[in-house]
Amino acid sequence: MIILGIFGITLLIATYCTYAERKIAAFIQDRIGPNRAGPFGLAQPLADAVKMFFKEEFIPANAHKFLFVAGPSLAMLTACMSSAVIPFGNTLIINGNHIRVQGIETNIGLLYIFGVVALGVYGIMIGGWASNNKFSLLGAIRAASQNISYELAMGLSIIALLMMSGSLSLRQITLQQGGEFLGLSGLDWNIFYQPLGFIIFLTCAFAETNRTPFDLPECETELIGGYHTEYSAMKLGLYLFAEYVNIIVVSAVMSVLYFGGFNFPGQDWVRANIASDPTLAHNLVTILGIVVFFGKIFAFIFFFMWVRWTLPRFRYDQLMRLGWKILIPLAIMNVVLTGAAILFWPQLKAMF
Amino acid sequence: MIQNVFYFLCFLTLISGSMVVFSRNPVYSVLFLILTFFSISGHYILLNAQFLAAVNIIVYAGAIMVLFLFVIMFLNLNKENETHKSNLSKFAAVIAGGILLVIMVAALKDVDAGTYKAEGFDSQIGMVQNLGMVLFKNYLLPFELASVLFLVAMAGAVMLGKKETGERHF
Repeated sequence: MIILGIFGITLLIATYCTYAERKIAAFIQDRIGPNRAGPFGLAQPLADAVKMFFKEEFIPANAHKFLFVAGPSLAMLTACMSSAVIPFGNTLIINGNHIRVQGIETNIGLLYIFGVVALGVYGIMIGGWASNNKFSLLGAIRAASQNISYELAMGLSIIALLMMSGSLSLRQITLQQGGEFLGLSGLDWNIFYQPLGFIIFLTCAFAETNRTPFDLPECETELIGGYHTEYSAMKLGLYLFAEYVNIIVVSAVMSVLYFGGFNFPGQDWVRANIASDPTLAHNLVTILGIVVFFGKIFAFIFFFMWVRWTLPRFRYDQLMRLGWKILIPLAIMNVVLTGAAILFWPQLKAMF
Repeated sequence: MIQNVFYFLCFLTLISGSMVVFSRNPVYSVLFLILTFFSISGHYILLNAQFLAAVNIIVYAGAIMVLFLFVIMFLNLNKENETHKSNLSKFAAVIAGGILLVIMVAALKDVDAGTYKAEGFDSQIGMVQNLGMVLFKNYLLPFELASVLFLVAMAGAVMLGKKETGERHF
């Protein structure tokens, strides 16, 4: 039940991401953007979907037919799988039962997301290779090498976080961030302890989702359309859609890991004052937490789009140098610093 | 139920494992190898080793096989330009593979897989915490030696990939 709801909500947000992307692009470039279909152009994503479905399904003559279809399907499948373990909210108490607002709670939630993200590159690689086109192949190979390079730095930045949390469960990591910081409950977010780790993770997230400034796999000026050059109709739609689903998942993961997930500042005060009945107060705080969590996700999605229409694209050698020679050493330094801080924390505390 | 899942996974593992060998196209071989890793991860989950399953997918299916696919796509191995192998090398391959099979069967024939005992069973055995305890307490030296080995291999790879002075790759 919950997993279907989460699935539907993720897809709905992804649909409206295409609309938001165009509206934000228009705003940044001083245009109006889509405004014909429905009020404020709100029906535009539906119109786009209808257009995609009614276009001709074209498979090139020398393409590997099965893999050509499997590519976009895999991209979409892996994109949708990862939202299952994200804790969207705390527990709801219904008839005395605690119901988690989360698809599946596993004690390896973070590894699950990492594994699924690592598989995401297969959709692109298979599609690019099966097209039997040199530009597609180059785009696919760029995507693969970019993903492998940035996965390392991403993993290392997460290790520093895990050293502090001591748990791989996303729910546990969120609950740990519900403590007090500067006298405000629910503000004990990891971003205050891992600012460097967050910046590394954010950069890698841009590279993993193939977003500008790291959108080299589909770089139009050099590669026409990259790995999806030969794709048309809904198969192209699935590739583009998978990118938006990935952005949502990465935004949610960043909110959980570094920005407190469903915790919000002053939640203990709200819990104590909103209602006299403790069950009702708990449920109301949980619902507020879900709203706050989605707010955080939307803020990150906006940030992704803002960056896309602000920064120019990197050159390929710059991308590789940034990944291997700057981000990985920085991430290792972050791990060492975190280890030292954990080891000497009592002494540090005694000094001040 | 669990038994059916086990048999299905075994079937999948064996079929995709043999398809790795029988596929004409190397890209299909790699894709079948990925499927094999997935079904082996399924076995790990049945054996209550979730951490091992996740790591198997991340490391093998996620990283190493991407590199395999990468190299094979770059080399563009197709049926047309596959070099014809001589009968001698085919015989040598069959004999070597057959001997390996005999050794495996001989080694595993009398092995005691251990029987299930309800009182000694620990459902938490495959969790990250327990695995970490075992690795960093009981088997610390082998673990550290393995990491030194990886470091040496990494240094060697960097040395091989390094440009010589005056050499240009592109």
